[in-house]
Amino acid sequence: MAKVVVITSGKGGVGKTTSTAALGAALAQSGQKVVVVDFDVGLRNLDLLMGAERRVVYDLVNVTQGLAKLPQALIRDKRLENLHLLPASQTRDKDALTEEGVAQVITELRSWFDWVICDSPAGIERGATLAMRFADTALVITNPEVSSVRDSDRIIGLLDSKTKKAEDGERIEKHLLITRFDPARSATGEMLSIDDVLEILATPLLGIVPESQEVLRASNLGTPVTLSNPASAAARAYMAAAQRLMGEDVPMTIPSDKKSLFDKLFGRRAA
Amino acid sequence: MSLFGLFGQRRSAPVARERLQILLAHERSLCGQNDLLSILREEILGVIAKHVKVERDNVVVKMDRGDNVSLLEIDVEIPNSASPLLAMTA
Repeated sequence: MAKVVVITSGKGGVGKTTSTAALGAALAQSGQKVVVVDFDVGLRNLDLLMGAERRVVYDLVNVTQGLAKLPQALIRDKRLENLHLLPASQTRDKDALTEEGVAQVITELRSWFDWVICDSPAGIERGATLAMRFADTALVITNPEVSSVRDSDRIIGLLDSKTKKAEDGERIEKHLLITRFDPARSATGEMLSIDDVLEILATPLLGIVPESQEVLRASNLGTPVTLSNPASAAARAYMAAAQRLMGEDVPMTIPSDKKSLFDKLFGRRAA
Repeated sequence: MSLFGLFGQRRSAPVARERLQILLAHERSLCGQNDLLSILREEILGVIAKHVKVERDNVVVKMDRGDNVSLLEIDVEIPNSASPLLAMTA
């Protein structure tokens, strides 16, 4: 049965779109049929991170308004044939989306894909509440930093009150994905630890993505990091998170890009 | 600067943790309070509606939070025509 996942955070710039692209690709690399949906109407960027910015013809708003059929708007990834993108509109604003329109699109996507991954805009307004509205599962992207943790707490409150599941008296499944984590700074007490964040937010952990130079490289290239450099720490972290999302029991580790002494001596590039 | 001072200055994460815990405890209680007030308002409306006809807008439920005690204020405006019983005693 299809699962609808919202990638949300409240705060901007924590890695929602990067995580949507990486997890979408990771699930597709595991053989799942995946669609990533950009809900950031007016400020779309998922197309850019997926390297599909020049292939956008129709978008989510066109489909909800009946101006295009869903198959016309879906963009198939050139590298992974079971990965699709439904782009947001760049010229409209968030008010162009209606709850009925979004409900219809999500229902249709559920019948075609195993995973519908919704990339939420930042904030707690209409765009963000519509992105989470029909989700079965929420991934709250959090940086180990005070403003991100505070905004995550607020979003967790909204997930428990504003989603369809919550209103129907069911519990929406929630997970934390901690991104931009620096194990060295956390060890010396310069950065909140994983335990600090988990204790404060009281939400189960799906994965820890370490700060990695590969993430910027991936966005420069327009390729999800799990495809651009599968051996990198960030890619391994996203791969493990995707496996946990699929229900596999994967031990929680913090992958590292550290070079071994051998690599340093011989100037090899770390994986 | 002592070694302790140097070390202490770097450890800012415990400060972040404590600030967040205090702030979020406060913010969560505010959100919870809103929920509590809307539940109270609905239930009070229900009880009153059983006996007299009142306009929804004429029932106001407010909470003033103090340090030691909080004050719950319920303001219900009932037109005399709504209840023959009230009209008689008025």
